[in-house]
Amino acid sequence: MTSREPSEAAVRRSRLGSHLLSYSVPVLAVLGAFAIGAVMLAALGANPFTGFWAMAKGAFGSSGALVETALKSTPLLLVGVGITIAFRANVINIGGEGQMVSGALASTITALGMTDVPAWIALPLSLAAGVAGGALWGAIPGALKAYFGVNEILSTIMLNVVAVQAMNWLLRDPLIDPMEIERGTRIPQTARLPESTDLPLFVEGGRLHIGPLIAVGAAVLVYVLLWRTTSGYRLRAVGLSADAARYAGMSVEKNVVWALTLSGAMSGLAGAILVLGSEGHRMVTDGSTIGFTGSAGFNGIVTALFGGLHPLWTIPSSFLFGGLLVGAIALQRAAQVPTALVLALNGLVVLFVVSLDRYRRQLKEREERSVSSIAAAASESDEPDSPPSGEDDEHG
Amino acid sequence: MADIFSATVIVATLSSGIRLAVPLLLASLGEAFGQRSGVLNLGVDGIMLLGAFGGYFTTLKTQSPWLGLAVGLGVGLVLGLLSSVISVSLLAEQGISGIGVYLFGLGMSDLLFQKLVGTPLPAASFQKSPIPFLSEIPVVGDLFFNHSIPIYLAFLAIPVSTVIINRTRFGMNIRAVGENPEAADSQGISVTRVRYAAVTIGGILAGAAGAVLAIGLGIFQQNLTNAQGFIAIALVYFGAWRPLGVMAGSLVYGMVSAVVLLLKTRGIIPLGASDLAAMIPAVITVLALVVAARRFRAPTALTKPFIRGG
Repeated sequence: MTSREPSEAAVRRSRLGSHLLSYSVPVLAVLGAFAIGAVMLAALGANPFTGFWAMAKGAFGSSGALVETALKSTPLLLVGVGITIAFRANVINIGGEGQMVSGALASTITALGMTDVPAWIALPLSLAAGVAGGALWGAIPGALKAYFGVNEILSTIMLNVVAVQAMNWLLRDPLIDPMEIERGTRIPQTARLPESTDLPLFVEGGRLHIGPLIAVGAAVLVYVLLWRTTSGYRLRAVGLSADAARYAGMSVEKNVVWALTLSGAMSGLAGAILVLGSEGHRMVTDGSTIGFTGSAGFNGIVTALFGGLHPLWTIPSSFLFGGLLVGAIALQRAAQVPTALVLALNGLVVLFVVSLDRYRRQLKEREERSVSSIAAAASESDEPDSPPSGEDDEHG
Repeated sequence: MADIFSATVIVATLSSGIRLAVPLLLASLGEAFGQRSGVLNLGVDGIMLLGAFGGYFTTLKTQSPWLGLAVGLGVGLVLGLLSSVISVSLLAEQGISGIGVYLFGLGMSDLLFQKLVGTPLPAASFQKSPIPFLSEIPVVGDLFFNHSIPIYLAFLAIPVSTVIINRTRFGMNIRAVGENPEAADSQGISVTRVRYAAVTIGGILAGAAGAVLAIGLGIFQQNLTNAQGFIAIALVYFGAWRPLGVMAGSLVYGMVSAVVLLLKTRGIIPLGASDLAAMIPAVITVLALVVAARRFRAPTALTKPFIRGG
């Protein structure tokens, strides 16, 4: 008996180390990116400390700043949660941009048809249409992967291209604001959507709408789905080992389609909120996806990685990265550094996370070996009735 | 309406289709090298953007498009090496790490442009170099032998690459480490070194693709490539990992873009419908992916990092 106590503590210590490390990877990645960012600021002739301070103040320094940050984080959170679902099922979704656009288009078309419909019907329907549009744009690559063996990275990339052309066509032709034709300006944008589809504001005349709340709600829902339902369990099981899941009688194909559909649905909702909560209450294109999404479909990947591919951790993670985007505007004003800096830094965060990940995995393997050797030693010493195996690692 | 079917307009359109295909051709040819060695580089668009800015900026400052192209190649070389370190040595998940390179290139090229240039100033472009005698053949001469030198070189790179991949020891090593790295390793081939070389070639060609694009247009702007680097990756699948196939895919893209441009500028179809037409190659590519998935096999070790004895 006496020999078991220290070994249990050792197990706990070892596990804690692994957890600390898995959380420290994203933190180290951001610190690394910021260090390079500081060098870049200095090279651009700006003082890094005052620069970062201006960013922090611009993002989190006042209630107005916090509102802007919350609004900017909303699409990042939704896309990030969607990416998390896909990655947990071991499918890679690079199609966030296209799914946002298709969701926004579906939502816009629905909203345009909602004249004279009360808000309590019009708004939920328009949001639901966004979810459906994004889900469809996720389901297609899902089905192509599951039933035709098409690499999902490629198909999601190509569907981004298809979505942007569809957007340009729809906004320049069938959906264009009739006023734009009348005036001959032909700016590719829709008419103002019916007021019944405006996202309600928290304060009359303010900027904060219920979009961020919807996003947080969706993140919690996805957490419950992934970790508290059988459906989510299957999804993660397929992600951990397709062969084992198949052996256990699960349909790998169905779960792949399901994962990409759900993932797309989240991005679709992000697109819908972007339109319904926009200042002009209409959808506009400048001809590129980035013009509409602000790269949220890609930045959502950064958010998800920083959130450790966990829906709840993605909430603070998106708030941080949303803050970076808002802070960049303050930085531009204070130090004449273009906001594009933040995009470059986001890229570096991704590179650091995926590069550091290897060391985390290596350390984890070493730790698992030591755990099993400790457990084996413990079971050898005495206690034949305590099987050392069967520990379930939730963060696997 | 009738005059769009005149020989001069058709030749001019097809000829511009060839020009438009070149950046895609270079980028996807480079990507094919990397993928044949088992490495998926998703960062092509980011490398293209930085190569484009480097090429444009150098040309703007020195008035020499050739120097600009050289800088584009250099930028591609550096980023290709960086991508190799991340995918080959650090064993990163290739489906994500390239997105990091893309975001970095997208942000960095825009940042540098705004800081160093600001307003889009036009830069010098390559002169046309008609090939003596050949360019005087009616129709064919104008179509194929009346371009600038980088365009000839890009098309020359196709047969050269085919020979390199299929007929040289280096090409054999690329295919070996892409198909069965363990076996290649046991034969004494350095998987790491071969993959570094292949991915770096990909980077150089992506940088060249960006530079040719920007210098050809004589301009740079934010997100100049507009996802062409991503299309280039899909074209590698479209072309079944063969240089000739990759060229065919790029030409389909270039030609459709040129025809759409013609129809748009001549007001033959409404602006909106031209976007619809521009969707066609992307849809074709998705269908081609389905066919390719059934008929051709991707390099077996594609996206799988190699760990000795692991």
